[in-house]
Amino acid sequence: MAITVTETAAQHIKSQLQQRGKGEGIRVGVKTTGCSGLAYVLEFVDQQKPEDQIFLNYGVQVFVDPKSLLYIDGTQMDFTKEGVNEGFKFTNPNVKGECGCGESFTI
Amino acid sequence: MALLTISEPDQANAQPTADHYAVGIDLGTTHSLVACVIDGAAQVLAEEFGQCLLPSVVHYLANGQCEVGAIAQQALIDDSANTVSSVKRLIGRGYEDIQGLADILPYQLIPGESGMVWLDTCAGKKSPVEVSAEILKILKRRAEKIIPGTFSGAVITVPAYFDEAQRQATKDAAQLAGIPVLRLLNEPTAAAVSYGLDHEEEGIYAVYDLGGGTFDISILRLTKGVFEVLATGGNAALGGDDFDRAIVQGLLEEKNITLLNTEHYCHLLITARQVKEQLTEKNVAAFIENNTSHELTREQFNQWIAPLVDRSIVACKKTLRDADIELSEIKQVILVGGATRTPLVKTKITQWFGRAPLTDLDPDRVVALGAAWQAHALMGNASSDHPVLLDVTPLSLGVETMGGLVEKIIPRNSPIPTAKTQTFTTFRDGQTAMALHIVQGESERVEINRSLARFELTGISPLLAGAARIRVTFQVDADGLLLVSAMEVTTGIAASIQVKPSYGLTEQQIAAMLKNTAQ
Repeated sequence: MAITVTETAAQHIKSQLQQRGKGEGIRVGVKTTGCSGLAYVLEFVDQQKPEDQIFLNYGVQVFVDPKSLLYIDGTQMDFTKEGVNEGFKFTNPNVKGECGCGESFTI
Repeated sequence: MALLTISEPDQANAQPTADHYAVGIDLGTTHSLVACVIDGAAQVLAEEFGQCLLPSVVHYLANGQCEVGAIAQQALIDDSANTVSSVKRLIGRGYEDIQGLADILPYQLIPGESGMVWLDTCAGKKSPVEVSAEILKILKRRAEKIIPGTFSGAVITVPAYFDEAQRQATKDAAQLAGIPVLRLLNEPTAAAVSYGLDHEEEGIYAVYDLGGGTFDISILRLTKGVFEVLATGGNAALGGDDFDRAIVQGLLEEKNITLLNTEHYCHLLITARQVKEQLTEKNVAAFIENNTSHELTREQFNQWIAPLVDRSIVACKKTLRDADIELSEIKQVILVGGATRTPLVKTKITQWFGRAPLTDLDPDRVVALGAAWQAHALMGNASSDHPVLLDVTPLSLGVETMGGLVEKIIPRNSPIPTAKTQTFTTFRDGQTAMALHIVQGESERVEINRSLARFELTGISPLLAGAARIRVTFQVDADGLLLVSAMEVTTGIAASIQVKPSYGLTEQQIAAMLKNTAQ
């Protein structure tokens, strides 16, 4: 079971953590929302939770709670630019369908 | 896939501000209710004298004012021409559609703008939307008095069979009453929510709704947080009021009571209702008529109403067949509507479905309570007990194709928001325009479905028949509003339309009405 982060993504996470001034790493999870069922949650981590699993990639700690891990195991997180937008992109092998707006997905 | 940015911890799970409350409203044919989740418990909000059920009756007065509820009910006999009851049967309907009803309703129906039905009262011409808004205003006022915070909107329930026009008209009525609509929820779904079936096992549920004047049976399937309506059926002229009439009929025939006049009949109906309510608890009911005391046994009463209850079972059979469901597949049966308190109804349901129905909650209130839970969840209080349900399209949406047939683009029960695209082509050589006719309904034939809108795509480059490629996209947003766009792929020319059902009110009409009410 693992979550991976590309080198580009790791660099961006590091620089964002630096700008913020504090934080142990980032949290990746899912919540039930949107039109298609589930959506990703991406936030900074200040305090680790006891049940968290931690994955280390290019010096970045990725915290995942075990419930979310079921849905996103094997996911690769990348940082991309699409036109004027830039941000993190998830490639999740578990996804069966996505909604039109791309906000949420189903397993 | 949308691109994400990293957010601050716990922002995603931020708690909603506690002083905003949203309510659930059951806008019924005979009665309406409002409920709200306060301090983690759903409760029906009562008026000052403790009455929860607001009779859905509006009495218009010559000075332009109106009375709503129990006061208006009195006028049903004295001033029937200006007293509007059962307005739900008219909302969002065309004048032509309801000719059958015009003869039974005591008030005057007239054709209004864009073919929809209006009412002629002594306070002027009223649309069913305005009449419903009067009822909603009372419920809103009631809620504002009781809830300990700001009133910020409502989930309003509608029958599962309501089409786009009837739903839009219901929303218009809420807007007119100053109520922001969070969502329209199907009545059977609301009932299922109040029993917490949304976090039960996935499966098939039946909702048996026997109200004052209408009977509805709905077959729902729960899958992954979505209640699909597999089939609905029922009888628009069967309800508890028919039980009352059956009692009066029986009394006249077998208890040596002679009918004097209409007023006497109305009086007997009231007696019959009391007798019926007594017989729910007791085996024998006593009543006094014309200074003589009489008795009626439950057995006798059951005999009189048995044919009526059997009619509801026949409708259940038919609906189950429509849904292509075996009786054994049904997990639970939920009872809704005051008339389901009648012991014989429960017995017959238990016999036919082969299982005892769910009856823990007050059948008059389940729909409003379910709507309240959903409103609570939509305000950002979703918990694992009452998650936000996904909304679905009630009927299929499609376009007319050659020969008066319908090509369905978005099938019924699709979770919304949704978008679907289909490619069409031209029919004749050199065709430069295409008319798109958007319809809603389940039939393959255009004339049986409801027409929603028409628009044209012009400027297609003249090509051989079948060479042009026109992509038609149907988009339904979270509020159920439909946007249809068409684009010719080679040239990129496009046209689109925001569908506003032709029977609904225009924005200007609503604005004008809002202005009038403000004055």
